Amino acid sequence: MIGWLRSPASETQVTHGQRLWLYVTSGITMILLVLPTLIVIPMSFSDSQYLEFPPETWSLRWYKSYFASDEWMRATATSLKAATLTMLVATPIGVLAAYGLHASKVPFIRIAFVLLITPMMVPLVLIAIGAFYVYVRLQILYTMTGLVLAHSLLAIPLVVIVTGSALKTYDMNLENAARSLGAPRWKAFMTITLPQIRFAVVISALLAFLTSFDEVVIAMFISGGDNPTLTRNMFNALRDQIDPTIASISTLMIGLTTLLMVIAVLAGRNKQGT
Amino acid sequence: MAVTQMNTGPDIDANAGGLRTDEQRERWRLFGLSSPALLIVMVILVIPTGWLFYISFVGANGSFSMENYARMLERKSYARIFQTTFQVSLITTGLCILIGYPLAYFMSQLPVKWANLCLVTVLLPFWTSLLVRTYAWLVLLQRQGLINEWGMGMGLWEEPLKLVHNMNGTLIGMVHIMLPFLILPTYGAMRAIDRDYLKAAANLGASPARAFWTVFLPLSTPGLFAGALMVFILCLGFFVTPAILGGGTVILVSMQIVSNIELFVNWGAASALGVVLLVLTLMVLWVASRFVRLEQMTGGGH
Repeated sequence: MIGWLRSPASETQVTHGQRLWLYVTSGITMILLVLPTLIVIPMSFSDSQYLEFPPETWSLRWYKSYFASDEWMRATATSLKAATLTMLVATPIGVLAAYGLHASKVPFIRIAFVLLITPMMVPLVLIAIGAFYVYVRLQILYTMTGLVLAHSLLAIPLVVIVTGSALKTYDMNLENAARSLGAPRWKAFMTITLPQIRFAVVISALLAFLTSFDEVVIAMFISGGDNPTLTRNMFNALRDQIDPTIASISTLMIGLTTLLMVIAVLAGRNKQGT
Repeated sequence: MAVTQMNTGPDIDANAGGLRTDEQRERWRLFGLSSPALLIVMVILVIPTGWLFYISFVGANGSFSMENYARMLERKSYARIFQTTFQVSLITTGLCILIGYPLAYFMSQLPVKWANLCLVTVLLPFWTSLLVRTYAWLVLLQRQGLINEWGMGMGLWEEPLKLVHNMNGTLIGMVHIMLPFLILPTYGAMRAIDRDYLKAAANLGASPARAFWTVFLPLSTPGLFAGALMVFILCLGFFVTPAILGGGTVILVSMQIVSNIELFVNWGAASALGVVLLVLTLMVLWVASRFVRLEQMTGGGH
């Protein structure tokens, strides 16, 4: 142990001992990053009306109350549907845009790129009230179409960035080789380029899904009537009182996120395998 | 287009001209692939924002007026809201740098395999729903929450501390949510630093601390600045977490915009606030763009 503390830790001759503070603070930070979210999981299995940790008696009561509620079920269905559709709309549109911007050498590509990532910078509230106005005129307020379009707006920048950065490290000569051998551009893209960047595309799709599934502010304004999203209902419930049902929903959402992360990791492993 | 080399002969000039037009056309066709994305941005972002800009200049009686902006200058409450917003954003960004930079540094020193494992602790909250994390903090920080229970159980403090529905809760929640946005680009920039520079510095007699401050830190600043800028911009327009953890005592611009519409149905006032918020955001971005490449803000890429 003492030997390890005295041994050099990096190129600059600093020893592990001198860096102990860094290891300790980093450890604490990592715990603080993860733990607060995970604490919801045991609490969701509590039998008590009040949130307690660790729960004195365990039960599935709050899961039952979630699955038995028509309102929560409808909202969940809406959210899942919106997220899936957003993924299906934003991913191809975003990948096309990233490819177009990467391959084309038109002078104002930079402007187009900045325009495409602005939805990330503009305050969500502003997008929400703006969309509300347009949707009233287009008569798509409180519809699935409207929700998916607005969520796609938020997801497109992520797709463009993730796919764009993958294209930067991809050697376009591979595609050019296919084209010089007679393949039309779309075919060269589908058979040569797309398989090479598919890891980035999968990540983009997952991010698009999550963006829509987690989004609250826009949904607050443009999803309503028969179509409120899960997050919108959760937000309203949180403002009023702390209903333990939220803990069970949160646990399920953490499960979903973990599942998506595992998919991402597996997609990454495949990439290395081939 | 791809076969230019094959053209040799007397009419090479004519061919070259034709190829150039072909290439031009091809470029535009490729650029056209981004049109669906640009169309969505136009219809759902640019046009509505333009309209908000327009109605912010329409007064209560329906004619052109500056009353929405005048109100912002006259009423002290508005100045306070903007002040709070900037304050909260600055403090959050500062705390994120203080907490996030050492962790990013720590990970950058590990072998990639271990670093990736640590990175999961950053990505897991990053991918977890904002609402879930906010809810978790609400549970932890409330009067009878875990932190108060444990703290009092261990005898650290007597009375329950007021940790939520105020500035404390807002800051704790916001820092937790913003940290990944800072850590990811910072870590990315740190990974890209060539270790040989540090070896060279050590070789030339620099102490570890000196090598860090004069070589490593400056090389990592592009990532750090980009992350900090991202955090600051997101904080300026943040709504969900402050609305829940602030409990109505910490009022940010975004919350005022929502209540202007939900409670008072005053689109003019809400739009004017939105326009000012947007202009301030763009000004911050513009000033920052002279120091940071905006593309780097998203350098996390995860």
